[in-house]
Amino acid sequence: MYFAEELLDHSRELTKKWEDEVRKIVSTVPDQKSRWSTVSDLEIKRLYTPEDIKDMDFTRDVGVPGEFPFLRGNQVTGYRGRHWTFRMFSGMGTARDTNRRWRLLLREGQTGLSTAFDFPTLMGYDSDSPRARGECGKCGVAIDTLEDFLALMDGIPMEQATTSMTINPPATVLWAMYCAAAELRGVPLSKIGGTIQNDMLKEFIAQKTLMCPPEPSVKLISDTVEFGAKYVPRWNTISISGYHIREAGSTAVQELAFTLRNGIEYVEDVIRRKGLDVDDFAQRLSFFFNSHIDFFEEICKMRAARRMWARIMRDRFKARNPRSWWMRFHTQTAGCSLTAQQPYNNVVRTAIEALAAVLGGTQSLHTNSLDEVLCLPSEQAVEIALRTQQIIAEETGVANTIDPLAGSYFVETLTNEMEAAAWEYIHKIDDMGGMVVAIEKGFPQTEIADAAYAFQRQLEADEKIMVGVNKYKTAKDQVIPRVEIDDSVEMEQIERLNAVRRKRGHQAVRRSLDDLRNACKKGNNVMPYCVEAVKNLATVQEICDVYREVYGEYHDPGYY
Amino acid sequence: MTQRKIRVMVAKPGLDGHDRGAKVLARCFREAGFEVIYTGCHQSPEQIAAAAIQEDVDLVGLSCLSGAHRHLFPKVVELLREQGADDVIVIGGGVIPDDDFKMLYDAGLKAIFTPGASLATIVEWVRNHVVPRS
Repeated sequence: MYFAEELLDHSRELTKKWEDEVRKIVSTVPDQKSRWSTVSDLEIKRLYTPEDIKDMDFTRDVGVPGEFPFLRGNQVTGYRGRHWTFRMFSGMGTARDTNRRWRLLLREGQTGLSTAFDFPTLMGYDSDSPRARGECGKCGVAIDTLEDFLALMDGIPMEQATTSMTINPPATVLWAMYCAAAELRGVPLSKIGGTIQNDMLKEFIAQKTLMCPPEPSVKLISDTVEFGAKYVPRWNTISISGYHIREAGSTAVQELAFTLRNGIEYVEDVIRRKGLDVDDFAQRLSFFFNSHIDFFEEICKMRAARRMWARIMRDRFKARNPRSWWMRFHTQTAGCSLTAQQPYNNVVRTAIEALAAVLGGTQSLHTNSLDEVLCLPSEQAVEIALRTQQIIAEETGVANTIDPLAGSYFVETLTNEMEAAAWEYIHKIDDMGGMVVAIEKGFPQTEIADAAYAFQRQLEADEKIMVGVNKYKTAKDQVIPRVEIDDSVEMEQIERLNAVRRKRGHQAVRRSLDDLRNACKKGNNVMPYCVEAVKNLATVQEICDVYREVYGEYHDPGYY
Repeated sequence: MTQRKIRVMVAKPGLDGHDRGAKVLARCFREAGFEVIYTGCHQSPEQIAAAAIQEDVDLVGLSCLSGAHRHLFPKVVELLREQGADDVIVIGGGVIPDDDFKMLYDAGLKAIFTPGASLATIVEWVRNHVVPRS
């Protein structure tokens, strides 16, 4: 930022005097520790001054909301026109159980839906697969066929509510179910809105719901981007996700860098494989970040992310439509920052993390429930979590003005430093030949494993503190009610699946799966075939087995 | 004669992909001087038991955060017994409710570690309970 030489001279002079004073005081009252750093271990100075941001250029690096480089947000009017979307990630047991929870959340003022699927669905297995034993409905909702999906959406206004689905290897299948459900309900595809996570690169890097190898996985994603651009214009076909990268133990800079580099990989693939113009699809790319406990680091990460993506889209991909330069993102507070010990403290952590996400300018937010470290959230816990967002939105006044931390010597410096460190990673991965190559080499996986291990060591050495874990421990722990998904859900779900299998038209199922197989082999877009197959009541696994057969299976190489 | 090192297998049964803890522990075991095999995610109990026997490990550490431990952990112990490898110690970790401890101990698990257990505690437990086979 421009400062007059006179001001800078004066600042230097005062800072020098202050430094002398610090030395004097520290010699008698030493600092509590010798090194001060963020939760990601970025070193932080005791004080930031005009000197730190004097090289920033206001027009190039800061600007105003709604204008390049979008450091201060995409929306010209900030949160005054509308708040971020209150979107609680939710799913449990059967489709009917989850539908009941969704209706509760909508009654309580939630403004968008977000689906958690159980592990068999996430991995493309049916509830009666031997691989699904013990997992059915446990971590999310079990979906096997379109019938389950229709039960999930029962009474949900599909033309109004936007629905996010955290689904990756079988994203084409679940999205096809959404499209088929809309059609059956008489809602045109042009009217439905929502998001499929559909980000496989971060699965190989971090979350590990795996099915096919990286190359064909990216092909399937490009199919959805193309299908969306043509037929479902309000749908976000990818949610490029840093959340899981961070949960796996990465630093904030790694989360930022790997997420944006994954985004670059998808854009390159769609342009190369589908021949689409970048401006035809860039506006439907969305992002998803973690909001961890280190308040300023998170705010700076989100600000840096917006500015970096704008630069990538304008300068690297030559997108001309300013809307293509927008980075729109959802945020979830950090599950890994919560503690099983003294679980009520998690309400406080989540509130701080949610505040950071809002100050970072998120468009959508999930706040974790206090019990999520132990089980699926109870109704009471999820209500507190939702109310946390509503209190931030309605009571605190932080949404009154846009990007209130801009111009802070510290916030701008940390934003710049994180951006610079993330570019270094991005250039390194460019030099390797891209993210697919980097993943095959185990590069991001190993970087994250190193960071996770370093943090655990710091925690055990008490260099990092988690309240209730390695400091301020209590002998007697708070006991909270725990939600348990009964094992009977599994039997119930298998029974329902068997009933569908009995009644459906077997030839139609076989024919639509054959058509899908041929499309895969020929390299055609799978989406129309997927929609046809789910309408004929083909199961999630039957469709995914076609992918496995044609594209091959990928297994976790187990880097550690 | 030098004693054989403790050989441990860190394994992820089921469909759960939460592998941060398992990997941190695998690395910690390695630094503690154990020989470590890490299976990666998504192993069936059958695969884990077979690998444990083939690799001749002294201990299998199972990690599960999906809630499927009640099915998966006892199954691994059962398969090891069936194949005559009942001297392999099986321990477990993850998001495991206290109420499930008894059922898992009854099934033959020797220790359960839940969130907040320190690496040092786990390493010490292994040193105190595992005598490497010669």
